[in-house]
Amino acid sequence: MLVHYDRSRRRLLKWSAASAAGVALSGVIMPNFGISAALAADLGEGDVGVLNYAYALEQLEAAFYTMVVDSPYADINDDEKAILTDIRDHEVEHRDFLKEALAAGAIPDLEVDFSAVDFTSRDSVLGTAMVFEDLGVGAYNGAGKLLENADYLLNMNSVSFAGDDVVDKNGLDVAYAPTEVLPKADPFIKTDVTANAFM
Amino acid sequence: MTLNQNTLLSGVDPEITERLVANRREFFRSSALKLGALASAPLLLAAASQQAFGQDLPAEITDVLLFALTLEHVEDAFYRSGLEAKGLIPEQYVGVFNQIGKHEAEHVAFLSAALGPKAIDRPKLDLTAGGKYADALTNFETYLTLSQTFEDLGVAAYKGQAGNLISNDDILTAALQIHSVEARHAAMVRRIGGKKSWDGAFDEPMSKEDVLAAAAPFLA
Repeated sequence: MLVHYDRSRRRLLKWSAASAAGVALSGVIMPNFGISAALAADLGEGDVGVLNYAYALEQLEAAFYTMVVDSPYADINDDEKAILTDIRDHEVEHRDFLKEALAAGAIPDLEVDFSAVDFTSRDSVLGTAMVFEDLGVGAYNGAGKLLENADYLLNMNSVSFAGDDVVDKNGLDVAYAPTEVLPKADPFIKTDVTANAFM
Repeated sequence: MTLNQNTLLSGVDPEITERLVANRREFFRSSALKLGALASAPLLLAAASQQAFGQDLPAEITDVLLFALTLEHVEDAFYRSGLEAKGLIPEQYVGVFNQIGKHEAEHVAFLSAALGPKAIDRPKLDLTAGGKYADALTNFETYLTLSQTFEDLGVAAYKGQAGNLISNDDILTAALQIHSVEARHAAMVRRIGGKKSWDGAFDEPMSKEDVLAAAAPFLA
């Protein structure tokens, strides 16, 4: 994965200014990234920036689980349906909580792109859920130290049910920097979002 | 900012590193003995760095680490005892509890290494809590209840202390990384017990006093 940025000029075209496939984007207009159509937003600096970062990820997760619950895969059982509905409710609560906390500082609603997910397939849905959950855990673990206000820190944690094969040999979970998380979230978000302060 | 900077090594200043290099040979020998089978190069490095710079940690942070280590000792002993008790854990769950127990042992080693000479040994424990859970190690249902209690307590405890670690990025990050592992354990153990993996969208933090009051019956 390539993330092109110029620290001195704080230039970042988008969360991943280069595609995950490693093809540099500069000068190329991608269909999903239409400059005029989508909203554009910068996460901002300081604690507001960190909270917006969380808010963007929660928006993504809430939108994903809403889709999953609204159009469940064919062979879903009651147990899975109940769990996924609970998770959707959690993500919606997290999203709304952050939106309220950010008030006027909140980034706009993001337009998502789940075209890579096959919502009729259990494997595709649960596989994506696992990716999002581990990404979310790692993002929160990595973002804690970026916060200045301890009160925010206490609210920045979420529940995960995903597997634990990402835990290292010191028994520590993943912790990802925004520079690692944003390019992974980027393919699922249409809206142009910049994160200049984190890059 | 990179992923690897979250190791506890990154807070070490060059002067301390120099001292470390001088003492490394001796340190590695003694620590390798102490940590036994758990010893690994990264862990020893973390230990080496902390032994030197642990002295500079403010009491507020040392207190949190000692508190966390106490809880991890309880969990570690709980899973060791459970896995040793023949016939307690049903065959299909042995793998899960093995994994959880391994994590707790790693947390003990990690926190001990971070505290260096200030680390405490495992306290004397009474897993029956003075007889209240007399069948803790013979009845899987009781064992599962206690497991959930300890994991939920751990999640709430780390969450409650995160704010006290905000002055030290590396230790805060490590604590959050342990916290989410405890949350994974709690979710898993709750599922095994046929319960929901969560109580709501927001986990509640607990104060140190409340956590210790809850854990006290298990400390002999």
